[in-house]
Amino acid sequence: MKFSPDQFIIVDWGWGSLNATIVFTWLEMVLLVAGSWLITRNLSSDVTISRWQNVLEILVAGIAKQIEEITRQKPEPFLPFVGTLFIFILVSNLLSVIPYYHSPTASLSTTSALALCVFIAVPVFGLSSRSLGSYLRQYMEPTFFMLPFNILGDLSRTLALAVRLYGNVLSGSIIGFVLLLIVPLFLPVVMSALGLLTGTIQAYIFALLAMIYISSVLKNEELESSSNRKTK
Amino acid sequence: MDAIELIGMMSVLAAGLCMGIGALGPAIGEGMAAAAALRSIAQQPDESAAITRTLFVAMAMIESTGIYAFVIAIILIFANPFWEYAIKHAAG
Repeated sequence: MKFSPDQFIIVDWGWGSLNATIVFTWLEMVLLVAGSWLITRNLSSDVTISRWQNVLEILVAGIAKQIEEITRQKPEPFLPFVGTLFIFILVSNLLSVIPYYHSPTASLSTTSALALCVFIAVPVFGLSSRSLGSYLRQYMEPTFFMLPFNILGDLSRTLALAVRLYGNVLSGSIIGFVLLLIVPLFLPVVMSALGLLTGTIQAYIFALLAMIYISSVLKNEELESSSNRKTK
Repeated sequence: MDAIELIGMMSVLAAGLCMGIGALGPAIGEGMAAAAALRSIAQQPDESAAITRTLFVAMAMIESTGIYAFVIAIILIFANPFWEYAIKHAAG
């Protein structure tokens, strides 16, 4: 049985093949980039704005507000990375109601790539706000003996991030497939509607966890200023 | 009994057990998390946004153990390496 989009071969040249994961990822990227370009081509700060600009403003402002609530810092440095993760996963999950569309996030390759992005982004954002020494020192918190567990935790949370998204999206598509075999008339519609809900929640959770991982390595200005006040 | 029959039978049995027992823990955990969150929302309705956000993260963490069990069950049924080995061995 074919259940992963990696197994659907769309073009086969003999020396190489294009599977559904690659094709639909690129289609989605084209959709997102072209859509953003079309909408942001003529932005206006007038009283009346176009309805698509309104949609994007709601989306971006909503993501920025969520980031600000988590990190309690200015959301601008994190908005491009976390927002892109959220919008990409959200769109790839939501488009799965379209027939013949295979969500790229139902493939472990896509989710591993996204999780690796988070894995790399955490030290990048961490080093942008604190020195190398203080970044490495937090692996030895609270004592030196926690070093292997902290490293293991970093690796295992990346694995969990990838497998969680993959398993959730895949289970939705497999449930739809099995229900199509048993009760093909009505129930698959209900389950795909449920898939829309879980897809949205999973996109939210992925972006939220990425933001939490990043904010955990940032320098905590509130804490330091309060401890400074105490010492004074 | 043949090796192929035994492997097939045990894979299906193990997948069912894996999913059944593996869903038990996360289900109890999610129920407890949701109950605690609902109780605290009832006590502090003003904090419901922060509580809901934390609840989602906690649910995702708890749920991932169930998802692991699901992935293992899927591997056992659809991509079992021992099954493929037995098939190749029997054919060749």
